[in-house]
Amino acid sequence: MNYLPLLGIALVVLGFALRFNPLLVVAVSAIVTGLLGGMDFLKVLGALGHGFNENRFVTITYIVLPVIGILERFGLQERARALISKIRGATVGRLLIGYLAFRQVFAALGLKDIAGPAQTVRPLVAPMAVAAAERQHGELDEPTSERVKAMAAATDNVGVFFGEDIFLAIASILLIQGSLKGFGIELTPFQLSVWAIPTAICAFVIHGARLLLLDRQLRGGAK
Amino acid sequence: MITLQWLYVVAGAAFAGFAVSSARDATNPKRWGNVLFWGLLATSFWFGDFLGDIGNGLLVLALVGIAGAHLLGKGHRQSTSRTEREAFSERFGNRLFLPALIIPFTAFVGTLAFNYTPLKDIGLIDPKSVTLVLLGLGAIIALLTSYAWLRPALKTPIDEGGRLADSIGWALVLPQMLAALGAIFAAAGVGTTIGALAASIIPHGSIILAVILYALGMVAFTMIMGNAFAAFPVMAAAIGVPILIQADGGNPAVIGAVGMLAGFCGTLMTPMAANFNIVPAALLELKDQHGVIRAQVATAIPLLIANIVILYVAGFRL
Repeated sequence: MNYLPLLGIALVVLGFALRFNPLLVVAVSAIVTGLLGGMDFLKVLGALGHGFNENRFVTITYIVLPVIGILERFGLQERARALISKIRGATVGRLLIGYLAFRQVFAALGLKDIAGPAQTVRPLVAPMAVAAAERQHGELDEPTSERVKAMAAATDNVGVFFGEDIFLAIASILLIQGSLKGFGIELTPFQLSVWAIPTAICAFVIHGARLLLLDRQLRGGAK
Repeated sequence: MITLQWLYVVAGAAFAGFAVSSARDATNPKRWGNVLFWGLLATSFWFGDFLGDIGNGLLVLALVGIAGAHLLGKGHRQSTSRTEREAFSERFGNRLFLPALIIPFTAFVGTLAFNYTPLKDIGLIDPKSVTLVLLGLGAIIALLTSYAWLRPALKTPIDEGGRLADSIGWALVLPQMLAALGAIFAAAGVGTTIGALAASIIPHGSIILAVILYALGMVAFTMIMGNAFAAFPVMAAAIGVPILIQADGGNPAVIGAVGMLAGFCGTLMTPMAANFNIVPAALLELKDQHGVIRAQVATAIPLLIANIVILYVAGFRL
């Protein structure tokens, strides 16, 4: 067994820890791993180029930037804030719990790409969360406002991760099915996806409790 | 048939637009770095299939070189001011949400229509990439609606989009780069080596210990690779199937499904899952690049414990 390519992983960890530019860390690690795995330089370079080209779809979401940019220019974030500050009883916790439920339910229906950091979090959810926090707490200092925004992005991730596997035809369920089939274990997507439900409920309870805690902390610090 | 290729042409145009708008941004001291970066990305989207593997590899090295040498910058070009935006927000009211909602709405209705009507059979859209194509379509409809209603200058979308792209910077291509790294890890046999290592340290006879190591292995390997998809086949082959399912008689559906979800807890805690953790931090202009991860750890760890309990109870005791 050739253990040398594992050094590539060590390079990634080290590079991230030392805060080099992540793009540089990843490229260097890819080349080192390939060389240690016995490929020559041109082959590694080709594999890197091929992998990059084949995965362009990962970067496609950014075609929404021009639309989001225009709408922000015409006050979308301000409107999101205004809407929240008019709703009585709106708090960061309640708002984000609602978004968490929305994200989990729609991901479970197979609609995980209808929302996301560029489409919904930056233009809508984060400004709403900040507006709600300001109502609860008054003016936010920078660490608090950063924390509220980060929590909005975190809620988006938790919602989509722990909702999507309830949907039958999602890539990860098909991957589990395919991997186990390789060992002669035949399962239907339905048998697998029902076992995503207990974790989905735990995720809602745990993250929801943290959001309510955030509410309490904001209230506690109110002027 | 509408395939991903069409979308690549649109995306290439957007990146080319960002390059043009960067070139005009005199407030950015490093603007030529940005021009080159977005220009190369546009080249990749338009001509990637004609460049050959080595050509694409050189393009990747150029992108990395620009980012690694800190040649990317941010301008502070004038968009509208806070006061202007508040005035616009009053004037246009809640209708401002409509164009933003066109994107998810198109994806939602389109996916339903595609899956439950004969639309699927006429071959208009490549079934493998329906959601992405609909996302692109939604973005285009939203853009046209915004033009018709708000009547911005013709160049406004690329200027405003370019401003956002510049604020994300190199992080925008990191997820794609990590996917390429995953391919190289696979080719060099990193996964199988880790699997063999994991299998060699597993103690036989203790179900609960094996369950914990399986879950922690999923988390650790997911954090290294940046996604649970790469980790699952490896950990299933090392521990999940031979020990938990075959030797200890665990329920295969639970071991499979919940094992993957344990890996997702790892995704919440790693900068390698850049599209979920690093890009949003850049999009929200957080000072702390790892702010989103910090916000997620306290959910990920209790949820991992919950997954271990579910694996043990539902896998072996029900």
